[in-house]
Amino acid sequence: MTVSATRADGAPREDSPAARRRPGRWRETAGRHWYAWAMVAPVIVVMGVLVGWPLARGVYLSLTDATEANIGRTIGVNVIPATYEFTGLANYLEILSGGLFWAKLAWTAGWTAACVALHYGIGLGLAMLLNRRLRFRSVYRVLLILPWAIPAFVAAFVWRYLYNSDYGVLNAMLEAAGLPAVGWLDEPLTARIAVIAVNVWLGVPFMMVAMLGGLQAIPGELYEAAEVDGASPARRFRHITLPGLRAVSGTVILLGTIWTFNMFPVIYLVTGGGPGSETEILVTYAFREAFTGVRDYSGSATWGVIILALLVLLALVYRRALRRQGEVW
Amino acid sequence: MSPTTARAARRRSPRPRGRGERGPGASVALHATLVAAVLVSLFPIAWLLLTSLKPRAGWLSTELELFRDPSLGNYARVLGETGFPGWLLNSALVAGLTMVLGVFLAATTGYAVSRFRFPGYRGVMWLLLVTQMFPVAILIVPLYNLMAGLGLLNRIPGLVIAYMTVAVPFCAWMMKSYFDSIPRELDEAGMVDGLSPFGAFWRVVLPLARPGLAVTAFYSFMTAWGEVAYATVFMTGEENHTLGAGLQLFVGQHWSDWGLLTAAAVLIAVPASVVFLLVQRHLVTGLTAGATKA
Repeated sequence: MTVSATRADGAPREDSPAARRRPGRWRETAGRHWYAWAMVAPVIVVMGVLVGWPLARGVYLSLTDATEANIGRTIGVNVIPATYEFTGLANYLEILSGGLFWAKLAWTAGWTAACVALHYGIGLGLAMLLNRRLRFRSVYRVLLILPWAIPAFVAAFVWRYLYNSDYGVLNAMLEAAGLPAVGWLDEPLTARIAVIAVNVWLGVPFMMVAMLGGLQAIPGELYEAAEVDGASPARRFRHITLPGLRAVSGTVILLGTIWTFNMFPVIYLVTGGGPGSETEILVTYAFREAFTGVRDYSGSATWGVIILALLVLLALVYRRALRRQGEVW
Repeated sequence: MSPTTARAARRRSPRPRGRGERGPGASVALHATLVAAVLVSLFPIAWLLLTSLKPRAGWLSTELELFRDPSLGNYARVLGETGFPGWLLNSALVAGLTMVLGVFLAATTGYAVSRFRFPGYRGVMWLLLVTQMFPVAILIVPLYNLMAGLGLLNRIPGLVIAYMTVAVPFCAWMMKSYFDSIPRELDEAGMVDGLSPFGAFWRVVLPLARPGLAVTAFYSFMTAWGEVAYATVFMTGEENHTLGAGLQLFVGQHWSDWGLLTAAAVLIAVPASVVFLLVQRHLVTGLTAGATKA
């Protein structure tokens, strides 16, 4: 993998035993890689300042009892000192031992699984339909992509209007059909279905386009050969289409999972987490914790650390899967 | 020619998908499915447009009706009587700055991790992947306090800095995928001709990567354009709002002005959609290019 790097200066490969044994290896490594480091440096510096520092501070806050009331600030010339105290793992114990966290985690997991499964299933289905020879194919494609072009917060507001129990078009349609109106966002179950529907509507186009790209990369000869061998459409799908899509699927499912897990605007703007806090996912809950009422900084930081830990765990599992497929890092 | 021979003849022709001739029934089912899908995907957008043209009695009606005295009254109100023009300007500034800075900072990193294997490579890849998953909740409080300390709350640079935490790793990741799809031999040839690694990047690879840069730029613009959480917290005071925060004022707990909301939504969505449809062919390639090759 170091072809270009070695050719640039004609030095031996980094992993050759000679290079490893020679004294002054550090210097040599620095000499060979300094331009790569220089190119990476801006991002490292920016990330260190903007992510590293707040992250360290967030972790620290999660170990204290900081709230808006005791965090300390400067009003005019008066400096109010911080009075919050280090409390160790108390916040974590409190959250992890309460039922609220597990309820929210279960709903977040259900929400993520439902959304990603529907995104993937519908996206793949539509992509397979569009991958055929078909009249008006490009028209269908553009029209189906359109929801992706609408910014998420705009879509969230629009759906909130569609779901409105008094003036919303969904209830108007139900009534026109002689059915009773539904308080879409007032009941926990319908509210959950409603937010999932919005997110599915928003997310399917991306999956569809990605899957279409993947399908078009599968050589047609494979299908012809399978057909000659008498494989049924179901078998062709299972043994050619699915393996051919594995790499693309891996990437988009990971991205989709992260995006859905952290999907702030849909929940926050469609239901506001309600009714009660029934549709609140971990991210919106932690946000509300931090910025409503007496702002509970330490509590929301703790939630943040826990959420991050869950996602890193997910990434570790995912990287193992990638490794098995031969990706190097 | 009988149908069977015609079909056989077609099957022999070297089309990439030389199978799947359909009977009329299957054709109807295929088109019906697609039309149904299109209806679902277009309905909310169409209803948004129709509602934005209705007067107050129209959007407060419980009847199912497509039109009622269509007029541009809502648009006039949004542009004339609310803070919308200011929010639009704020959003455009914030998103534009985020885009330029994000792409500028991330391009070299994308190139380095695409081409070189250096000590620390895996750490950088991890950093790029993990920071993309950062939930808003963990950074928002420390960043809020940091901005408050620097006096950057309610100011555009503050929000741009907050967006950097999302935009930079994302842009670097996208650029890496795109650079991966440019043949290595090109920069090697450049270096044989005496260019330094920086020269090869600047003179050979970057010009070729223009489509990738454009897509990355567009993506980061859209991310900042549609962000709500940071915008809600960092920019208080009506004149400082961006679109995501400002629109929340139209739909309150107790009273919602759907006329204003839908008109504003159309004004936001139309330009975004036009640009989007122009670049959409390239959008996914950036994200999945690395994966399709593997």
